Amino acid sequence: MSTLLDVKDVSKHFTMGGLLSRKVVRAVESASLSLSVEKPEIFTIIGESGSGKTTLARMILGLELPSSGEISFRGKTVSHRVGRKERLQFMANVQPVFQNPFEAFNPLKRIDRYLESTAKRFLKRSDRAGLEQAMDGALQKVGLSLAEVKGRYPHEMSGGQLQRAAIARALIPNPPLLVADEPVSMVDASLRMSIVNLLKSLRDDLGVSVIYITHDLATAYYISNRLIIMQRGQIVEMGDARAVLDNPEHPYSRLLKASVLSTEDAGSGKLGTDPGMVALAGELVGQSGRLVDRPDGRLVRVY
Amino acid sequence: MFAVVRDLIRYNAEFAIGLVLVTIMVLFACLSFFSPVDPTMIYMAIPDMPPSSQYWFGTNSRGQDMFWQLSFALRNTLTFGIIVALLSRVLSITIGLVSGYLGGWVDRVLMFINDIFVAVPPFPVLVLFYFVMRSGLNTYTLALIMATLGWAYDARLIRSVALSLKHREFTRHARFSGMSTPQVLLQEHLPYVMPIIFSTAMANMIWSIGMEVTLAVLGFTNINIPTIGTTLYWANNHSAMVVGTWWWIAIPVVLIVLTFIGLFLLAVSMNEYIDPRSRLRRMGA
Amino acid sequence: MSEDLLKVEGLKAYYQMNYFGVQREVRAVDDITMSVRKNEIYGIAGESSSGKTSFIKVLAAAIRPPMRIVAGSVKYDFKGLAMDVATATPAQIEAARWKHLSYIMQGSMSVLNPVRRIGKTFEDFAQKPLGLRGDAFRQRVLGHLDRLKLRPDVLNAYPHELSGGMRQRVTIGLATVCHPEFVIADEPTTALDVVVQKEVLALIREIQQEMGSSVVFVTHDMSVHANMTDRVGIIYAGRLVEEGPTRQMFFAPRHPYTAHLVASLPRIGDTTQRPALEGRPPNLANPPQGCRFHPRCPLVVDKCKSEVPPLITVANDHRSACWRWQDVEPLVNPQAGHGVPA
Repeated sequence: MSTLLDVKDVSKHFTMGGLLSRKVVRAVESASLSLSVEKPEIFTIIGESGSGKTTLARMILGLELPSSGEISFRGKTVSHRVGRKERLQFMANVQPVFQNPFEAFNPLKRIDRYLESTAKRFLKRSDRAGLEQAMDGALQKVGLSLAEVKGRYPHEMSGGQLQRAAIARALIPNPPLLVADEPVSMVDASLRMSIVNLLKSLRDDLGVSVIYITHDLATAYYISNRLIIMQRGQIVEMGDARAVLDNPEHPYSRLLKASVLSTEDAGSGKLGTDPGMVALAGELVGQSGRLVDRPDGRLVRVY
Repeated sequence: MFAVVRDLIRYNAEFAIGLVLVTIMVLFACLSFFSPVDPTMIYMAIPDMPPSSQYWFGTNSRGQDMFWQLSFALRNTLTFGIIVALLSRVLSITIGLVSGYLGGWVDRVLMFINDIFVAVPPFPVLVLFYFVMRSGLNTYTLALIMATLGWAYDARLIRSVALSLKHREFTRHARFSGMSTPQVLLQEHLPYVMPIIFSTAMANMIWSIGMEVTLAVLGFTNINIPTIGTTLYWANNHSAMVVGTWWWIAIPVVLIVLTFIGLFLLAVSMNEYIDPRSRLRRMGA
Repeated sequence: MSEDLLKVEGLKAYYQMNYFGVQREVRAVDDITMSVRKNEIYGIAGESSSGKTSFIKVLAAAIRPPMRIVAGSVKYDFKGLAMDVATATPAQIEAARWKHLSYIMQGSMSVLNPVRRIGKTFEDFAQKPLGLRGDAFRQRVLGHLDRLKLRPDVLNAYPHELSGGMRQRVTIGLATVCHPEFVIADEPTTALDVVVQKEVLALIREIQQEMGSSVVFVTHDMSVHANMTDRVGIIYAGRLVEEGPTRQMFFAPRHPYTAHLVASLPRIGDTTQRPALEGRPPNLANPPQGCRFHPRCPLVVDKCKSEVPPLITVANDHRSACWRWQDVEPLVNPQAGHGVPA
């Protein structure tokens, strides 16, 4: 089994403040995970704001360099400064899915412009027919067609179409990995499921692995194979998505699950959170602990 | 383009007035190409004639027909203003966009230079140039000097817009579409900067023309080239107010004031029209 | 049934704009009739650009051009002050603000002045409507903060020194310190993390029950509605399409749009395929004929394309605007796939 993406002991520290009040923020602390080439999966990173999930995603996309540790893609290190050519080659393999479909396109520019640029740059196509074929092929994969998109401006399309077009754009170089940072947190309920279902079908039908970053446990349960739960930069629990969420072990994971608003007793107005749970999860922040294996294959941080 | 201008004229009185004023001024300046007299020659007409049907703008104490003289002067002044505006826009766009987008040490170096130019007072520098270059200082060299002095504030303005654009998601999308830095800057970011460029271009023209007039009135430019400023210089030199040849001062001042008002109105109305938000609303978003 | 505090009748609020000759009329609120009772939490759900934001702007008496009320009335029956937003004078609105009618907004950072201490902000907001000064005012505020489980020293803090959850609690404090009879909460927890969100929601509910005031709670998140509200109204394309007691809305929706919203919610412990609703919300400048939901509706028949369905009572306290309300099935049985409680 060969690895597609290997994140090994990656940490990221930011130095905040000026000369007098220097403060080091440990955004991500020795995170490790790996995805295999043979088994495409949706790998979810769950965390609240400040958990370091976005920083981790940015490092995987190469937008941020780790302070320590190594990220390698198909055995090749990507966590150091590289030239434009190497950067483009990496981009062809790892593409992002954006948070807000309405923001992902320049409102003053036509949508197909992004698709065309991608096809030109990554597929090295320059003939019109070849370009259109590549664009149409990618759009077909997400249930659109070039005829629907060509020459149109973002405001002429719905949020769902835009998010599809953005994903189609990312699919043009046939990347084995997509990184989706909160792709549904900004969209309406009626749109949310169409995007989540699309990510699912990318994995099942096209064999694309997706790193799905979210704070929403319910969609994570719905689509992911494996997940990690992060608390203040630390991975506290990692394993099979269903196993972990059905029965979370780490106190923080339990708290997250307990805080999910369920619709099972709609209208009853029950909103209590056990303060003991909050306190227990809060106490563990900043303690290092270590990740240990459990018989069902998950890793849990113990102290 | 034609439809845009037509719509603007129809729905925006400011634009219509500004356009009329600027067009009249430009036409008047263009008349100089058909001038029957050479503007550098003196005593070609009877001196000190008030405006009449023969000499529409009168004649001055140097025996020049003010109509043709001012036509040349306005042409030179406008050309000067346009060159300064164009050159300084190119500088401020390039520096502002690059600085905001690239950030890091590039930004620090460029903004350090920028701060120097913001701090340097332009007037003494221009006077210094006059003393060094003397007759070498013509419309074009002066425009070049003014342009290098007039970009700094606007570059800062453009940088701040570029800084916010940098963090918009579509910029990242463009990067991951394989677009190069010049492509991102020129195709993605430039449209958002256009309103600033237009309004500041007009303001910059007004600034540079005003500066040229000041310099010329004080005699710190090549006074043999007819401009609005040098016209006033000669008027002052011949004590026009004392002698009573009021038209020698009043008419150039009226011309330059009308030009300024015209440019200002155009800047304001174009700004509103070209603003991305109002543009999007018109597109029906 | 308790009496109504707010009665909205036939409300139409349009945006009328003119950009360089392009005339547009956006019918953001188009013929809404509803009421909010005393001492209840009324939820409003809707997609972005459904007109829900415009609707609550009208309820909050914050109508600015280019929006204006074209028809209808918005009548409040406050203690000692009855007013109709459609005809109220600025002085009346001013008198009602904070004391009777108040709001909790989404971005706590934009409500709180970043360079003013929280205590000063409380003075700015509440001193005038409460008519208290000095120590009496301070006691009142401290008492209120205690109720919100905030320590007195937050009054000396600047907004940036507080966490997101604390800030949101402070804005709730500001909105409720005058004991208003009617509170509009516009997506107050959308920017918060799940754990804090639940705490803040519980807090709003607690405060509401203590004060006995009415709350209009706006969010697009149906799972928040499920836990917060007594009744829910669903707005689609500027119209109220369904309204009813929260439990009924989730377990026996009578409008296909509501049924879809409920069915599309994923749940832990349940991996069955969730349906997605295709299409886009209609453009309010040019809405479809007939029922505005018909282009996306799975139950559409010819009648829906030409005739606007009226909002009729379909069960006790439950109204729906659908020609085929009897055929609407809950798409997912809410009891199926019960998650194991943690």
